[in-house]
Amino acid sequence: MLFVTIVKSALKSLWSNKLRSFLAMLGIIIGVGAVIAMLAIGTGTQQDVLSRIQTMGTNRLSVRPGQGHTPGGVRGDDVQTLTVEDAEALLAIQGVNTVAPMAQGSAQLKYQNNNSRSRVVGTAVTYLSSNNFQVEHGRFFTDSEADRNARVVVLGSEAAGTLELTRFDIGKPVKINGLNFEFIGMLKAKGGDSFFSADDMAIVPYTTAMNILFGMDYLSGIEIQAKDSNKMKQVEEAIAAELRKRHKITNPDEDDFEVRNQADIIETMSGVTKTFTYLLGGIAAISLLVGGIGIMNIMLVTVTERTREIGIRKAIGARDRDILQQFLLESLIMSALGGLIGMAAGIGAAVAIGRFSQDFNPVVTAQSVLLAIGFSAGVGIFFGFYPAWRAAQLNPIECLYYE
Amino acid sequence: MLIQTRDLVKVYQMGAAQVRALDGVSITISQGEMVSVIGASGSGKTTLMNLLGCLDQPDSGSYVLAGEDVSRMNRDQLAHVRNKRIGFVFQSFNLLPRISARENVELPLQYAGRKDTHRAAAAALEAVGLADRMHHEPAQLSGGQRQRVAVARALVNDPDILLADEPTGNLDSRTGEEILALFEDLNRQGRTIIIVTHDAGVAARCARAIRMKDGRVIDGPAKG
Repeated sequence: MLFVTIVKSALKSLWSNKLRSFLAMLGIIIGVGAVIAMLAIGTGTQQDVLSRIQTMGTNRLSVRPGQGHTPGGVRGDDVQTLTVEDAEALLAIQGVNTVAPMAQGSAQLKYQNNNSRSRVVGTAVTYLSSNNFQVEHGRFFTDSEADRNARVVVLGSEAAGTLELTRFDIGKPVKINGLNFEFIGMLKAKGGDSFFSADDMAIVPYTTAMNILFGMDYLSGIEIQAKDSNKMKQVEEAIAAELRKRHKITNPDEDDFEVRNQADIIETMSGVTKTFTYLLGGIAAISLLVGGIGIMNIMLVTVTERTREIGIRKAIGARDRDILQQFLLESLIMSALGGLIGMAAGIGAAVAIGRFSQDFNPVVTAQSVLLAIGFSAGVGIFFGFYPAWRAAQLNPIECLYYE
Repeated sequence: MLIQTRDLVKVYQMGAAQVRALDGVSITISQGEMVSVIGASGSGKTTLMNLLGCLDQPDSGSYVLAGEDVSRMNRDQLAHVRNKRIGFVFQSFNLLPRISARENVELPLQYAGRKDTHRAAAAALEAVGLADRMHHEPAQLSGGQRQRVAVARALVNDPDILLADEPTGNLDSRTGEEILALFEDLNRQGRTIIIVTHDAGVAARCARAIRMKDGRVIDGPAKG
């Protein structure tokens, strides 16, 4: 029998049971839609996290005060173990390119009637390059300004925007915690993330931050840029050794600091988000499986209902494989059609989630679409095969006299 | 000899009891005959029809159809023989609902792998006088018309045998008569026709009657 003829007759028979065919398809539609939407959310999250980390630079190490390795250990900005001298000592280590002492806190920014509560980062000139920041307008502060506690401030694009400062306002006074600072420059926006915006901050010399703004004699962290991103591990160990020596620590378990490697963070985060993606995809795939069982159920009912038709077809010359093809094709059409509709629904859902949600930027990949469609076709064949096989094996005589 | 069977035996298991539905049936039918198989219900005539129609295989014995021993064939080969050599007409018409008369008649052609199915099916319907009902679905046709569609479907592949199972059983006497007249007409054109029936009136229209009782042939196993 010609393939076109089989397809036509399969479509006709599906169409004559519209509601039933649609309900059987619905399982596949939901399954495929869910797989595509879930994988899109997972992939989107993965890309978000990675790009966020990558904008911070891949050859970066950061030292934080506190006992990072001990669960429940003390950590954070209140721990006062890192000093400017520590930072200066790290510069001498081989493989270290730049060192930026960090003294940061949150402060009230004010320009005319505009207020903003933002992160104020006190740091050195090297911070700019080690964090891939670029000055868009004006200038960054200089080493000599850092040496003399100069009251100058460089604003991130978002912080500047909140205060309604533009490049024409460079040189004007901005108040930080009530003290006058000269607005000397604006950073180019890094854009796009809601969790920890790199654009909503003000940068001042670390000396100014320590001595004038926050009155602290310790650092909240040290940012190090290594010369070679392939030798992060060695540099990391050298830094830890140097700090232990300076802090008179012999047992690494008692470290009062923690060195974090950007590459480690990327690895950990991408591992986590990948797992997250698989988890979401896996849960969705289960619904696809359930959809397949739905198709099998309907096909078994259909075969029983059409026993007499099977008998007639066999009597006039249909071979087992003709009957098998006919019923297999019906389930295949249902799952393929369901897969296509599900694909549209899944992509639609991903786009809608991206548009209406602040937290997710779903990314639909060709891979995930192919995976879902392939899986649904596989489900159609797998779950369609048994009912079709049963139909093919039926005895023509029993079928002809079946009531 | 078109049909030659030798000692056909078919046993059915009915719970604990074995029923010998056919118990050594040997018959011959020649090309161009119009034969009836007659007997009471349970005589084995339906079982014989199933075997002659290649819908079933005997437990023992041989069946040679047009020179081929079909009693040793597998399922696919049997399907091929049914498609090419046998045309069935059933008591309850057995047309597929929801497709037109022509599409019903096209089915055997499609299973034969033919491509010009539209024209051949139309011609077969014309031959049974239903050219103007081609696009009607079975439900829109009268009983006599449905049986004519079934005859057209049975003949469309130009089979060796037209095998009819109580073809007039679901028809009133007038339309039943029309169908029998159609059969006689076809037989005059050289078609071999076997009618399975319990109706002596129908059997009387055939040149020969093969009488069955308790799984055996009691009369008319061969011509003459």
